[in-house]
Amino acid sequence: MTFSSIDIASYSILLLLITAISASLLNRSQKLLITIGFSLTTIASFLAVAAGAWTVGSNLTNKVILPAGLPDLLFHLRLDPLSGFFLTVIGLLSFFVSIYSIGYIKGFLGHRPVTSLIIFYCLFLAGMFMVVLADDALFFLISWEIMAAASYFLVMFEDEKIENRRAAFLYIIVAHVGAIAILLSFGIMAGLTTGFQGFSGYTFDAMRATKFPLGWATAAFLLAFFGFAAKAGVIPLHVWLPEAHPVAPSNISALMSGVMLKTAIYGIIRISFDLLKVFPWWWGAIVLVFGLVSAVMGVLYALMQHDLKRLLAYHSVENIGIILIGIGLSMIFTSFQMPLLAALALTAGLFHTMNHAMFKGLLFMGAGAVLHATHERNMEEMGGLIHKMPWTAALFLVGCISISALPPFNGFVSEWLTFQAFLLSPSLPSPLLNLLIPMGAALLALTGALAAACFVKAFGVTFLGHWRGHHNPNIKEADWPMRIGMLLSALTCLGLGILPTLFIDWMDALSEQLVGAKIASSATGLGWMWLTPIAHDRASYSGPIVFVGIMAVVVIAYVLLHSRPAAIHRVPIWDCGFEKINQRMQYNATSFSMPIRRIFGFLFSIKENVRLVSYLGNAVFPKRLHYHLRIRDLFWGWLYKPVVKASFWASRQVGRLQQGRIQVYLIYSFVTIIILLVFLR
Amino acid sequence: MIIYPFIIEILQILIILAVAPAFAGWVKILKCWSQGRTSPGLFQPYRDIVKLFSKDVVLAENASWIFRFTPYLVFGATVLAGGIVPMLSVDLPLAATADVIALVALFAIARFFIALAGMDIGTAFGGMGSSREMTIASLAEPAMLMAIFTVSLASKSTSLSQMIQVIYSGQSVFRPSIAFALLAFILIALAETGRIPVDNPATHLELTMIHEAMILEYSGRHLALIEWAGMMKLFLFVMLGIAVFLPWGIAASGNLEAIPAAFLFMLLKLGIAGVCLVLIETGLAKMRLFRLTEFLGSAFLLATLGMLSYFILE
Repeated sequence: MTFSSIDIASYSILLLLITAISASLLNRSQKLLITIGFSLTTIASFLAVAAGAWTVGSNLTNKVILPAGLPDLLFHLRLDPLSGFFLTVIGLLSFFVSIYSIGYIKGFLGHRPVTSLIIFYCLFLAGMFMVVLADDALFFLISWEIMAAASYFLVMFEDEKIENRRAAFLYIIVAHVGAIAILLSFGIMAGLTTGFQGFSGYTFDAMRATKFPLGWATAAFLLAFFGFAAKAGVIPLHVWLPEAHPVAPSNISALMSGVMLKTAIYGIIRISFDLLKVFPWWWGAIVLVFGLVSAVMGVLYALMQHDLKRLLAYHSVENIGIILIGIGLSMIFTSFQMPLLAALALTAGLFHTMNHAMFKGLLFMGAGAVLHATHERNMEEMGGLIHKMPWTAALFLVGCISISALPPFNGFVSEWLTFQAFLLSPSLPSPLLNLLIPMGAALLALTGALAAACFVKAFGVTFLGHWRGHHNPNIKEADWPMRIGMLLSALTCLGLGILPTLFIDWMDALSEQLVGAKIASSATGLGWMWLTPIAHDRASYSGPIVFVGIMAVVVIAYVLLHSRPAAIHRVPIWDCGFEKINQRMQYNATSFSMPIRRIFGFLFSIKENVRLVSYLGNAVFPKRLHYHLRIRDLFWGWLYKPVVKASFWASRQVGRLQQGRIQVYLIYSFVTIIILLVFLR
Repeated sequence: MIIYPFIIEILQILIILAVAPAFAGWVKILKCWSQGRTSPGLFQPYRDIVKLFSKDVVLAENASWIFRFTPYLVFGATVLAGGIVPMLSVDLPLAATADVIALVALFAIARFFIALAGMDIGTAFGGMGSSREMTIASLAEPAMLMAIFTVSLASKSTSLSQMIQVIYSGQSVFRPSIAFALLAFILIALAETGRIPVDNPATHLELTMIHEAMILEYSGRHLALIEWAGMMKLFLFVMLGIAVFLPWGIAASGNLEAIPAAFLFMLLKLGIAGVCLVLIETGLAKMRLFRLTEFLGSAFLLATLGMLSYFILE
């Protein structure tokens, strides 16, 4: 009996569904349920990775039609390199997170039953796997909704808190507004495929075979981009993201931020590169501009946060922006018939997709470990955790370095590739684009540098210095499953950073499928050690040499300096003669970001309030100082408040119909029937 | 010979280790002269480093491994960067390790760790320095990238060796875009290396210090490594500017015969660069922190003008 890759993927989904169904059987012994449940999801995720990696590596395309679905439209499944890539990304992170969850979810024992969490966790994973496997619009949307609904319940898990309920409500609204747009987009494409006859147009195969007129294709693309952007948290559709991600349990935040957002990226790529295929350059420009705005605004908003998980959530907005930059550039290059450059930009975007899944998953797991130990999300109340949680600190640091795009970790490689794609834009035959696209590169550089500032702040305030909090909890290091989950993703971050050539070689089938060009042969032109995007005299970067080089100098310097014994004196910190120095005098998250807040303040709505309580009525000798700072998203006031107000107003108007009297309702039915009889005979 | 580039590579790393303190000393001498003071001599930085190496280390009680690891990492990243920038010859085995963007990122990782070390002890000064340093860095970065972009337009490459080769291959006409990029680069280099008017390396006044505030708690060999790396960074930014804008004198091939001449050219250019640096530093006062937006904004503007002039004029 032989397996195809899609069989393995299907077994993985099946295993998840079985786990979801049978989880309630073990409701009685929660401890056992956690171990068994998450072990099974670990296995299922591993199967998904195997299927995906195999598909991409061997450039396979497998199809299956399930004997289920509508009579005219059975469920179509297809595993091609694009699906395989995303299956690998999702599977890999859920593999790490499932291991992590074995330890993390035990923190809920004795507080609340976790059966529902495990059930929805399985459904959530299965939904994501099915989204990338779906090969017809109906199955895609069903999977999409399973994913959205399951994640809604996961965000709601600790539903006694009002902020969780509010966040979940906001999330489900935005998700559904997006889903409607996606549905309409599929409707346009299917309608044009078959001329609104029958259901056969809803399969992706039929859409692929059709050549769409530009006007309708644009409508379909814009609707789909809107819908997927809402899911991905592209600014200005991001408001749900910093609300929903922090309040979910941290393993769920890791998955939502790390991979659920990527299904939207998958959707954008699938629809534009695979289903619609040809597009004018300004589609790419739209994607690029939204990507740039998301990247810069995302990181600036992140800098203003002092809630660790909220900060990470805003960084997801930023990184989605960076991914979209790569995809947008790729679309522009494709529309000008430059397949090689398009392949480079696409590879940069997809590489960043993988990288972001890894380091953001790692960072959310780290934040979860901190939350688990301190029961605190506010960074202003933390500090000095590196002494009590050395493992978590070191692994979180790996995530910080990776996300700040610093060599030799993985975030740097994909941002560097994106820069290279930017640097190739002068070869575009359009003077306008030649002048404008470099500004994008500058914005990306700004983003990278601000991200580094933000993670110095996040790591510095959380893990370094002294404990800032008022209460002094008993902090314990994370347990082994949590450490292993984080360790594995940290190692992946390092591996992808040091050996990007192997990864690019592996994912080469992808750019061939989508833009018809390979870059692996030129990208590894000098050998596996050097990454050379187009040609070696154009630009090159060697992860292994950077890593080994720095480490070699570090070791040599260390050994040379320790050949002679020199004493290390541990002394109390120097207080400059001021003897009342205390822990509240340290720099904290708010003070760290103050210069940036002042420079970029015009992008936020900031309310700063300083109040002095004077001593003996004399303002010169203040007794106490109250400092109050409120920073809000500008988009909430600009965009959402009017919409919220308008919808409330509309519902009130419609509400007038509801009189609460049966006679009035009977009149409504009567009038309706009359109208129907008159007009629809 | 295939072996010569490796010899030159080793030579170059030795030169950066050995000459960087002398350059720092040279700048100090010039500064003393220009301000009418007696100078401590060219070799004072060496004496400082040796003295610090022989001292014991005083560490704060709550210093973590990050605080102790940072000096080594900063030193390592800087030495590696020193192996990449062509100083004597274009033909370097390490040259393909990183292009300009990756080179800047090597300095960025050093800065990232120094900023973390600044926050490790938990004094207000360290955090203040880290916060300011990261702010300035994030403003300098877009300008830096724009300058790189402008320069790479002409050579169609971001690899340093390739840029020099293109300049050597005859298109040595003076381009307006390169002039703008050079001006932008000078402003950025002042910010990146922490010189006046951005930061004052000689100050320990709490209101004004940036880089010094982060490394205030260091002592002994840790401080020696950081100081040494700081000197190398200054040296490397001068070398980077020379390699990108005025490479004449750097040997185009990997032959040993050309090296002595290249070395002399390098010393000459370093001497002149030192004079320019001191002229800038004595002529200007240190800026307020929030005026730096304008300073780095003008660097960005200059680089952008360079790019525009490439598309419009060239």
